[in-house]
Amino acid sequence: MKYLDEYRDPTAAQMLLDEIRRVSTRCWTLMEVCGGQTHGLLRHGIAAELQGTVELIHGPGCPVCVTDQADIDFACQLAEQPDVIVTSFGDMLRVPGSQGSLLDARTRGGQVRIVYSPLDAVELARKQPGKQVVFFAVGFETTAPATALAVKQAAQYQLDNFSLIVSHVRVQPAMESLVEAPDNRVQAFLAAGHVCTVMGYESYGRFVDRYQLPVVVTGFEPLDLLEGILACVRQLEAGESRLENCYSRAVQGAGNRSARDLVHAIYQISDRRWRGFGRIPAGGLSLQEQWKRFDARVRFSDCGLPVILSTECRSFDVMTGQLKPPDCPHFGKQCNPETPLGAPMVSSEGACAAYYRYAGV
Amino acid sequence: MENQQQNMTGSWQLNCPVEIPAETDRVTLAHGEGGRLSRKLIQERIVSVLKNECLEVSGDAARLPRIAGSLALTTDSFVVSPLFFPGGDIGSLAVYGTVNDLAVSGARPLWLTLSLIIEEGFPLLILDRVLQSLAEAASSTAVKIVAGDTKVVPRGAVDGLFINTAGVGELTEPVPPGPEFLAEHDELVVSGPIGQHGIAVLAAREELQFDPLPHSDCGSLLKAVEQLRGALGDRICCIRDATRGGVAAVLQEWAESSGLTLSIDERRVPVSPGVRGMSELLGLDPLHIANEGTMLIAVRQGAGHEAVSVLQTLSKTADARVIGIVKARGVAPVTVKRTLGPEQPLHDPLGSPLPRIC
Repeated sequence: MKYLDEYRDPTAAQMLLDEIRRVSTRCWTLMEVCGGQTHGLLRHGIAAELQGTVELIHGPGCPVCVTDQADIDFACQLAEQPDVIVTSFGDMLRVPGSQGSLLDARTRGGQVRIVYSPLDAVELARKQPGKQVVFFAVGFETTAPATALAVKQAAQYQLDNFSLIVSHVRVQPAMESLVEAPDNRVQAFLAAGHVCTVMGYESYGRFVDRYQLPVVVTGFEPLDLLEGILACVRQLEAGESRLENCYSRAVQGAGNRSARDLVHAIYQISDRRWRGFGRIPAGGLSLQEQWKRFDARVRFSDCGLPVILSTECRSFDVMTGQLKPPDCPHFGKQCNPETPLGAPMVSSEGACAAYYRYAGV
Repeated sequence: MENQQQNMTGSWQLNCPVEIPAETDRVTLAHGEGGRLSRKLIQERIVSVLKNECLEVSGDAARLPRIAGSLALTTDSFVVSPLFFPGGDIGSLAVYGTVNDLAVSGARPLWLTLSLIIEEGFPLLILDRVLQSLAEAASSTAVKIVAGDTKVVPRGAVDGLFINTAGVGELTEPVPPGPEFLAEHDELVVSGPIGQHGIAVLAAREELQFDPLPHSDCGSLLKAVEQLRGALGDRICCIRDATRGGVAAVLQEWAESSGLTLSIDERRVPVSPGVRGMSELLGLDPLHIANEGTMLIAVRQGAGHEAVSVLQTLSKTADARVIGIVKARGVAPVTVKRTLGPEQPLHDPLGSPLPRIC
């Protein structure tokens, strides 16, 4: 299949693996930021192949995993209101909140629907004027243009029955908070290719200058990942810290200008609570004042039940690279995809899910 | 409830290939009350299409002739949404699903029962279309629909039309012994490209634009099973049509029954470009996606290629392949070797739920 098979070619992958081993004089510690990359590294056995040459720390780039539990609780609460339909990407449904997941809310009679695009939620609101349709807007900068477009469309149609729970997060502030942590071990970053497709990578220039760490924009297929790792290792071996783009078939320096413009027209940068991390300054997006009428938190009051966090889930340690999922005492036992303790076990980009699914035999 | 309301205004009208005039005749609650309208519906629209010598309208039970062999009995309910999808519809699905269950169990399908649960307001034109498709599927597999029931429920109580069929077949020797009798070195064969049905239904339901549009594999496995059993006889250990949960679910069940490890090579599993592309895009694994006319066969050591040769003589199973082998129980009950990387455990389907696929 075009654009797929050539990036999964076993011979080329082997050559890159050999080259990474050849140029490494010591074991380097890299962080792949995005959960999609974590899954690629485990699914294709790259993390295991490079054991001893490169340690891959799995980053916080799973938006479902870092969505604040208070937002999940709010979504569940809304779903159980009469005449409210909560719509969401399928991934969010199984993530546990204080009183269970959205799937549990649906079992209790709540109205929860999976949509494949936020625009489908706008369509649903048009078809069902008697219902309030709420879209659970999660994701990094990758999904923000689509939810921004949904807001724009809802405004055009003058819908007063469509709103968003805005849980968009921004990748770079989270990377900064990781690097600034006293126990940081990350020596170079594989930046998330899809986020850069939208936002570009120029803004990483300041990050590289400030922290003197290599940042390599990296894709998701095996050869993309291996090229990204090789570029990091080469820089580290040469004592360099540069910004490099190894995903040039999809990413341009300035990103996708029309998508960016759309995001800038609807959202503003704001502080956000990340599940496990706490408040990250400039860590999220929120609706600008003139679009606040589409904010579900403005339209509906939160009954403010206390957020009950799982005391057993170690997902924060996993997401900050302190703990590998199989080393968690609950992994695969008390915590599994049917009865997850935390989001990383059920999100399609979660690190625990990746180990559960792909861990070698 | 919400889902039903939306579908009431949408799905069968949007997805049905038949143009429905605004002022069309529709099923009413009176059609299900047992009076004149009920009799008219059954006589004129159902029995007339399905007629055969065993179908007695006036009796409460079908009277069936004596047969020589032991019997196999199965039942299945069909709630697929949308009712029509590329490659099939709920009518053909309701026949092939039950016929295939009998065929892969080692039986020659003989008789079916048919229960229709119809939502008030359902267009009669669409009901005719479904029944026509059902009759054609029954005729093509030489099964007779010998008993049935029709219920009409108020708007919102079902989504358009639900169907249940039960089937009786005669077991023919040698009956495949079943997955408990799997042995090390047995070979695993898949009869054709996987994931077609689930992706076709999903694409139709979500109105996803793909070119070419994936078609369901919805169809009868009867002929393929007959030829295979004729050629391989007792070298077949077990056969299963890989419906909900896909090939992965069958492998899991077989591994559980046998206590062995079933190991497949992803690179050998036939997957069409359409299904592969859409699975990549949606983050699905074709091994987890439902089929409705594709089966998994376990044969004794050395018989895999012969099974494939037999299947490849039929157009429906021309892409049959040996995809794996049975081993002593390792760390995981089912393993998969992918294009790159080590052998991995293959779990039951999780993640993105695909409800109402059949």
